[in-house]
Amino acid sequence: MSRPRLIKESSAPLPLDRELLVRIHDLMVKTRVLEERLIQMYKQGHGYFWIGGPGEEAFNVPLGLLMKKGQGPEYDYLHAHYRQSGTLLALGEEPIGALRQMKNTASDPYSGGRNFAGHFSLRKYNVAPVSSPIEVQYSIAPGTAMVQKRVGGDGITIVTGGDAGTAEGDFATCLVWSSRPANPLPVLIIVTNNKWGISTAGEGQHGETRVSERGKAFNIRSKTINGNDPVEAYLELKEAMEYVRTERKPFLLEANVSRLYGHSSASGANYVTEEVDCLKDFEKRLEQDGVLTRQQMDDLRNRYTEDMAAAARIARDEPLPEPESIWKHIFAEDK
Amino acid sequence: MANMAQAIRMALHYAETHLGVTDIFGEDVGAPLGGVFTCTQGLKTTWNSPLDERGIIGAAMGIAMGGGRPVAEIQFCDYVYNTIDLLKLAGNTCWSSNGDWNLPMVVRTPVGSGIRGSIYHSHSFDATMTHIPGWKVVMPSNPLDAYGLLISACKEQNPVMYLEPKALLRVKGEERIPGEPDDDRTLSKLIDAPLGDRSQWKPQWPEALEAFAVPIGKGKLVREGSQVTVVSYGRTLPLCARAAATLADEGISVEVIDLRSLWPYDWDMMKASIQKTGRVLFVNEDTEVTNFGEHLVRRTVDELFYSLLAPPRLLAGKFVPGIGLADTLEMASVPQQNDVTTALRALAGEQP
Repeated sequence: MSRPRLIKESSAPLPLDRELLVRIHDLMVKTRVLEERLIQMYKQGHGYFWIGGPGEEAFNVPLGLLMKKGQGPEYDYLHAHYRQSGTLLALGEEPIGALRQMKNTASDPYSGGRNFAGHFSLRKYNVAPVSSPIEVQYSIAPGTAMVQKRVGGDGITIVTGGDAGTAEGDFATCLVWSSRPANPLPVLIIVTNNKWGISTAGEGQHGETRVSERGKAFNIRSKTINGNDPVEAYLELKEAMEYVRTERKPFLLEANVSRLYGHSSASGANYVTEEVDCLKDFEKRLEQDGVLTRQQMDDLRNRYTEDMAAAARIARDEPLPEPESIWKHIFAEDK
Repeated sequence: MANMAQAIRMALHYAETHLGVTDIFGEDVGAPLGGVFTCTQGLKTTWNSPLDERGIIGAAMGIAMGGGRPVAEIQFCDYVYNTIDLLKLAGNTCWSSNGDWNLPMVVRTPVGSGIRGSIYHSHSFDATMTHIPGWKVVMPSNPLDAYGLLISACKEQNPVMYLEPKALLRVKGEERIPGEPDDDRTLSKLIDAPLGDRSQWKPQWPEALEAFAVPIGKGKLVREGSQVTVVSYGRTLPLCARAAATLADEGISVEVIDLRSLWPYDWDMMKASIQKTGRVLFVNEDTEVTNFGEHLVRRTVDELFYSLLAPPRLLAGKFVPGIGLADTLEMASVPQQNDVTTALRALAGEQP
């Protein structure tokens, strides 16, 4: 079982290499600035709807960095939800893709102007199309894991969703199908718990003390972690993924995270000051430990802000899809 | 001649040995039962799923995404309704990802009345399924087509809904499936599981089975005629064929089309026939409001109005919440032989 980690003592040195800490920080800043630009685009009328995951960078970035990236069952599959731009950027995606999706341009690499922001789809990295219903990915994930188990190797299936989505039967489907004693599956089942279901607080949504405890009934190894600490998230994800990779069994990981801009543009998308800001906390820690200076971090943020503004201008000027393109890709032979 | 259940089983055997089918699964699909209608007995890639329809459709999607080729079964179409958003998602995955992902998966489910299945084992699914873009939808009316359509479905790069008219699953065919043995008893001995202990049983598949494929989207001209066209599929198709034979004795010439594929469908065949006869009756047993046949009536009116000698007609199931168990209730709820014959006779006699 996992041991308590020293990182929780603020006096202990950060237990990751400096290079990795800087990389995680860089991606967290890039993700935050991207999300803020997406919100701005929405507010300026350059998109119809925003939904995303500012506040989840500390968890999503390590997840993307730890994934075995590639296409096909030898690599990891990600059945994501729509708060994971940090994971996509950590996989190596450029932010302009998300901006193009927000602007619904023909160049949108994830849906060709057909889907909302944050609804990624990337076959080359096994990222399954993100769906607006909040739970369906939990029913689909066992399928890719079944193929992976049969193919062999160490590729795993990762499925993510929010705590509110665990009310849906699909979450139970995932627990049942991945833990059958006759055929356990290599699935990392993730619940990012931001304690909200749209506007309903967690206590109005579900009654378990920890969502991860639902794994116990299925003999699924499970744990709840602080998803606002990127170092803890990195180490715990690494351990959970190694378990799933080698044991070929499921693991249920609950990550407590913040929701810094509310549910979506439908709830205003304004900064929520009462929530823990994982980026601010991490930067304090990096400064304290002498990993990066305040100046370096401010410069980085300014640079990304400028980059993102420039990318948004490019996306704004690109054409929308042709009307007749609605007939494309209904079936695969149109490829 | 094989019956439809045997034909489906042989097609699945061919598909898992030659077409790359990796998983044939669902509730009771694997050993020992091999499907409640015996359609999956003795196949090598079968397995029993939890009793969870959302899990079955979801797993099929995942297996297809992972590079497998699944054939999932929903035990009765009445149970597939709680997967409707997953069916929608499977249908839109290629489109919404702008062609990046496609799902080569088949879902089989028995549909319709005819086995005295009461409220939850008698429903039709053709209207609901043809309302979900991105799927191909087929429904055979005889064992040969059942075989050929399943072979095509298992070659597809897209999701295919394969609807099995349960009333016809035990009906023997009039045409031989290429490669099946000459007599029924031999076939049964080879591929039907024995009653009782089956643990040591293994099927002996006919080695000469062929990749006989019925193309998806092509109808079948079952009978030529000159005065009325009748278009049907599934359980009601044999009723239409028998009605045409009866009416021929009365001097009424009925052309019979078996649609076989509901999406895409063979409009060219229907159009040519309707232009020739000027009269058309569409027959199925789904409830009549917002029925797939209503779409065909609308298209007929839109495109062929000036070729018509009489209004296009639809004969379908009554718009009632279920099919009652009593014989009288079932018979009154969905079209029967007499209903089809009467409707065709009336249409043939209608004058402009």
